[in-house]
Amino acid sequence: MIYFDRVSKVYADDSVALEDVSFSVEPGEFISVVGHSGAGKTTLVKMLLAEEHPTSGSVFFESINIHEIPLHRINDLRRKIGTVFQDFRLLPNKTAYENIAFAMEAAGRSEEDIHSDVPHVLELVDLGDKINNFPAQLSGGEQQRVAIARAIVNQPDVIVADEPTGNLDPVNTFEIVQILKKINDLGTTIILTTHNKGVIDSLKKRVITMDRGKVIRDDREGKYIL
Amino acid sequence: MDWTTAKRIFRAGMLDFSRNAFVSVASILVMTVTLFVVGVTIFAGVILNATLDELRDKADINVYFTTMAPEERMLELKSSLEALPEVESVEYISRDEALAAFRERHKDDQLTLQALEELEDNPLSAVLNVRARDISQYEAIAAFLNKEQEALTAGEAPIIDKINFYNEQHRQALARLEVITDSAQRLGFVVIAILILTSIAISFNTLRLAIYSSRDEIQVMRLVGAGQFYIRAPFMVEGTLYGLISGIITLLLFYPLTWWLGGATQGFFGGVNIFGYYVSNFPLFFLIIAGTGMLLGATASFLAVRRYLKI
Repeated sequence: MIYFDRVSKVYADDSVALEDVSFSVEPGEFISVVGHSGAGKTTLVKMLLAEEHPTSGSVFFESINIHEIPLHRINDLRRKIGTVFQDFRLLPNKTAYENIAFAMEAAGRSEEDIHSDVPHVLELVDLGDKINNFPAQLSGGEQQRVAIARAIVNQPDVIVADEPTGNLDPVNTFEIVQILKKINDLGTTIILTTHNKGVIDSLKKRVITMDRGKVIRDDREGKYIL
Repeated sequence: MDWTTAKRIFRAGMLDFSRNAFVSVASILVMTVTLFVVGVTIFAGVILNATLDELRDKADINVYFTTMAPEERMLELKSSLEALPEVESVEYISRDEALAAFRERHKDDQLTLQALEELEDNPLSAVLNVRARDISQYEAIAAFLNKEQEALTAGEAPIIDKINFYNEQHRQALARLEVITDSAQRLGFVVIAILILTSIAISFNTLRLAIYSSRDEIQVMRLVGAGQFYIRAPFMVEGTLYGLISGIITLLLFYPLTWWLGGATQGFFGGVNIFGYYVSNFPLFFLIIAGTGMLLGATASFLAVRRYLKI
């Protein structure tokens, strides 16, 4: 489904973010990418979202080379990938409802779909009573749940969660991981980057370990080993 | 673009406008200043042109006939003047018309009117007022009339009493007027261009800053799969709205301002009452001021968003 083929990324100041990274992701997998800060986890995610271009190598999504897609067509790819970020990245001037509705509107969904799906997906992340709250009126955990609701509302093939628990306390961290597991159980592929040992060890799923831009381990049922 | 998308874009633009109230008010104020400069420029142009026209209109050649001159010969001269390519118009004022105008002018002056009644015959002579197409052409017309006068006085009783034209003083005044009108127009154009360009640059920058504050949002919109047009269009709606509201504020400000200055401009610059001009040309003003504002807002937003869409 997703294939990184010898991907390297070297920035203008000669710092190496990724070096000869190759791995593939099958449909329905739950993959955790772990590593210290600066190991290249976020660059990897940016490659998949076509936010960054590799210096060499290719990234394929369903046999399409992501970096050959023209800029004006890239949104078609991004609609197939739901994204969740450490800093939530909600639209500050839109309510929880409007943030999720925006992703549906951008995908060209009908008003009827939006009216029925948005409250439903907010119920799923247990935020049915915060539908008209702005991000500033929500806690960190609640904001992250809105972000997850936004990521899943268009039923994407993959969800990429880049350090989604980085800014959260242990209780909220546990809840977010449980939600991601539930989404995975329903068949959606999950790619999770984190450096939270507790999260990785509790998941018992595939773990790719990175260090200084390289993949140093790829374990089927891995643990946090660094 | 279908109707649903259009509705969503418009609604998003309106919502952003109201929820970013501070940025909206600041942008509107700056754009109002820009449009005010555009409006003042139009008024300045109108006053300048009217003043120059007035000055040009005052330049003419008057041919005064003798009281005995037969009308057909005066009209003959009128026709030959009209045939000249340099002549814009020739106005013939008969003795009776001259008398009527004189009475009208002195209707409150009983003494003068009584003195007129004492006279047995109309003492006023007929006049031809000759206007050239351009100030520089009066010399050629003067030369023609000089020749005509000589020909007309040869042999027969003269029909021309006097021609007020072309002495050195008159010529110098006309030449100076020509230089002034040319430089005023040129200088006016340069000042207007600088003022308008500066104001537009300030407005552009304000909208760029307003959109700069939304750059993270634009990035998020891209990452959740929104197309470039779908992100850009609400910003353009917002920019257009800034322009429209600024335009309306500017037009409202001009109403009391032109009313207050109307009398003064009429008295000082001769002829044009800017309040009357503003009211009678309001649809045109609306089109120019609000149109400029909306175009400026939409274009500035379009360009400002572009740089953040490159992901």
